Amino acid sequence: MSLLQVDNLTKRFGGLLAVDNVSFAVPEGAVFGLIGPNGAGKTTVFNLITGNYEPNDGSVSFDNRDITARPTHWIVSAGIARTFQTIRLFANMAVIENVLAGCHCRLRSGPVASMLRLPRQHKEERQALAKSMAELEFVGLLDQADNLARNLSYGNQRLLEIARALASDPKLIILDEPAGGMNELETAALVSLIARIQARGITVLLIEHDMSLVMKACEQLVVLEYGKKIAGGPPAEIKKNPLVIEAYLGSDDEDF
Amino acid sequence: MKLAAGRIKKPAYGAIILLWMIAPLFIGKYWTDVLNNVAIYALLGLSLNIILGYGGMFHMGHAAFYAVGAYTTAIINTAWGVPVLWLMPAAGLAAGLFALVVARPIIHLRGDYLLIVTIGMVEIVRIALINNVFGITGGANGIFGIDSPSVFGFQINGIVAPAHYFYLVTAFLAITIVLFYLLENSRFGRALKFLCSDEVAAEGSGINTAGYKLAAFVIGAVWAGMTGTLYASKMGFISPESFSFWESVVMFMIVILGGSGNIAGVLLGAALIIGLPEIFQGLQQYRLLIFGLALMIMMIFRPQGILPPKPRSYPIDKLEKNEVSL
Amino acid sequence: MEQFFTQLTNGLAVGGIYALIALGYTMVYGVLKLINFAHGDLFTIGAYLGLTLLTSLALTDHIGGLAGVLLLAVMAMGLVGIIGILLDRAAYKPLRTSPRLSAVVSALGASIVLSNTVMLVYGPSTRVYPQGLLPSQVFYIFGLPVPVMRFVILAASIVLMIGLYVFIQRTKIGTAIRAAAIDQDAARLMGINVDRVIMLVFFIGPALGGAAGVMVGLYYGQITFTMGWTYGLKAFTAAILGGIGNIPGAMVGGLLLGVIEALGATYISMAWKDAIAFFVLILILIVRPTGLLGERVAEKI
Repeated sequence: MSLLQVDNLTKRFGGLLAVDNVSFAVPEGAVFGLIGPNGAGKTTVFNLITGNYEPNDGSVSFDNRDITARPTHWIVSAGIARTFQTIRLFANMAVIENVLAGCHCRLRSGPVASMLRLPRQHKEERQALAKSMAELEFVGLLDQADNLARNLSYGNQRLLEIARALASDPKLIILDEPAGGMNELETAALVSLIARIQARGITVLLIEHDMSLVMKACEQLVVLEYGKKIAGGPPAEIKKNPLVIEAYLGSDDEDF
Repeated sequence: MKLAAGRIKKPAYGAIILLWMIAPLFIGKYWTDVLNNVAIYALLGLSLNIILGYGGMFHMGHAAFYAVGAYTTAIINTAWGVPVLWLMPAAGLAAGLFALVVARPIIHLRGDYLLIVTIGMVEIVRIALINNVFGITGGANGIFGIDSPSVFGFQINGIVAPAHYFYLVTAFLAITIVLFYLLENSRFGRALKFLCSDEVAAEGSGINTAGYKLAAFVIGAVWAGMTGTLYASKMGFISPESFSFWESVVMFMIVILGGSGNIAGVLLGAALIIGLPEIFQGLQQYRLLIFGLALMIMMIFRPQGILPPKPRSYPIDKLEKNEVSL
Repeated sequence: MEQFFTQLTNGLAVGGIYALIALGYTMVYGVLKLINFAHGDLFTIGAYLGLTLLTSLALTDHIGGLAGVLLLAVMAMGLVGIIGILLDRAAYKPLRTSPRLSAVVSALGASIVLSNTVMLVYGPSTRVYPQGLLPSQVFYIFGLPVPVMRFVILAASIVLMIGLYVFIQRTKIGTAIRAAAIDQDAARLMGINVDRVIMLVFFIGPALGGAAGVMVGLYYGQITFTMGWTYGLKAFTAAILGGIGNIPGAMVGGLLLGVIEALGATYISMAWKDAIAFFVLILILIVRPTGLLGERVAEKI
């Protein structure tokens, strides 16, 4: 049964049809890939799912609930966390504080509890801190906890974004080009990290240009071109699909 | 080096607090009154700091909230004789409600647009006060005959005995500093700093950015409103003059020059911007010119203010090994 | 009817002045995405420099009323334009790569510096423009009286606006300005000297503001060192109303705001006259933040 269901999603920017009637379903527990040439509308689909954009038409449902055009923070609380294609960390804050941002929606203390320093608030903070440290350990950044986010290497910044997303205890994590800017070693580690995320019972939806990673990590793929879905299925099938091959040869065959 | 700085920090703060507490014993009435003004502006700066410093929202209409608090106090006190200090919660509530209503539709505006709209807001409030809106604000003359505060039957007249008033306002300032420090170092303060740093990332991490922005506005306004009570009861009269756009600029400068997002910085900012012109009385007419130049120069050489906040550190070494697990 | 017509022409004359100032905001915003808070004070400086030139050079005695005023306005425009360039050098150029809000604070500082400099030089009290420089006759349209002065002010601002519009749309330099407004980096790659464009924008905008300052002096007869603040905010409202960054928008917004304000002051309340512009500003930013003629753009994530 599917955890995320995207139906006839359409988004226009002025005269440009960025996403054109796209539908797909992500089964629970899967690692699911969204691929396509540059400018195919992949990130726009992500932004529509996470409520950053409002679709012109179509719907998104998650966990059997309609979440179309809900506020982003609400969607995160509902269980969808994401990372960004262009890294968006809180650059001047400590690595650990960045992860705490992810914990935010699972905590309850408000301003009054904080000003009065209630014991409940104190305990909650300590638990959040422990949880954040555990997520850092999970992605392998435990020794960087005190460092400022902007001082991390590019690959580590991507890992930190993943840790921050995981800290919100998502049912689905959306990774937008997680291997972007990583070297081969880091990419290989990322493949195993994605497998470990899946092993935690978290469904993974990702956009990636690195085809070797996609083929290794994903069980199912959807291919977009010019905002339209042109193919869908397991990687082995997609590889042989003539439409897909043409789409990639038409732009940059290097990726494939 | 770092260690040494850390070691002198606590005694330095202690010395400053001690000097502040005993100052009225040695300086005359005039200078005690200057300190009272510094304290009032420190309160205003701290309340604005929640919106501007932590939240990063360019709000230049803070005097409007201050005015709502002061006028609420003046109107209720002169009409029904309710003791002024009892009116502090009422003034805070009125200012907070006002903020809730006016901030809600403008909260999503980008930095410079927000700045312009808040300037518009404070101007409309001032014009409304001058036009004697609802017939209760006394028009351009304002409201006279506001009572002095009294604590357990002891009258504190801010004009006749500034030293008495000094300890009242200092007490409120101390409470404010402690509460705001706790607020800064909490989930709430963290959320504001996240959205200040990158709003899209904050929202994407599950933070209700619009809600937090509104909450920051309301908390800042509540405190400005309560400070309005202190001001009205100190002066005995208030008029629209005291809540002009220029007042908002002064509060804004206190936060920006002192160190946006840092309590110590805001306190320093208040001392410099309110205190320094008193010391250089001869330069009175150049005061604004110098402020303007200072703003320009600061933005080029030290845009984060004199005392910028340090990145927050967390007691991760105090966690037990068994706590850190998924 | 007569009152309506009187207020309409008054609103158009004042609106023309707002539009001229608004052009300065909109041009700078178009290229630098910066609200030049000091622009209103450049307008004030224009008014004061105009007064100085008028009284010290006695131009109108030598070459007659209208020509003298015209020459005076051109000189004031040139001087204010140069001050505009200097302002950019001192307050904004060092901050080109800083966060935008640093530049906003610097602009605020510059505004304070400029208005207080005017105060220190000319004194804090209201100054009076010499009377009778422009014809004070009244002529009649359909039997309704219109002071010639209003007509002259409106005509002058329209001529300046059309001149600017033609310059921006039809000349090579104008094209460079438009290109830099759309994408500075791309413009640079196409061989456009963006620094030169910025300099030019900081000359033209303040020059138009300076002209507006002289017009206010002539129209109302008196000027104060704080007036730049009110006029600046209103002109900014006009720029927003028309969609900031949009040159025809600033013109339409200015005229519209002038008329709204004049009619509002007459038919709603004189005491709330100054608040009307702010209500319009807040309303437009809440309802349609990109202005009447602007278009919506989605944020890139």
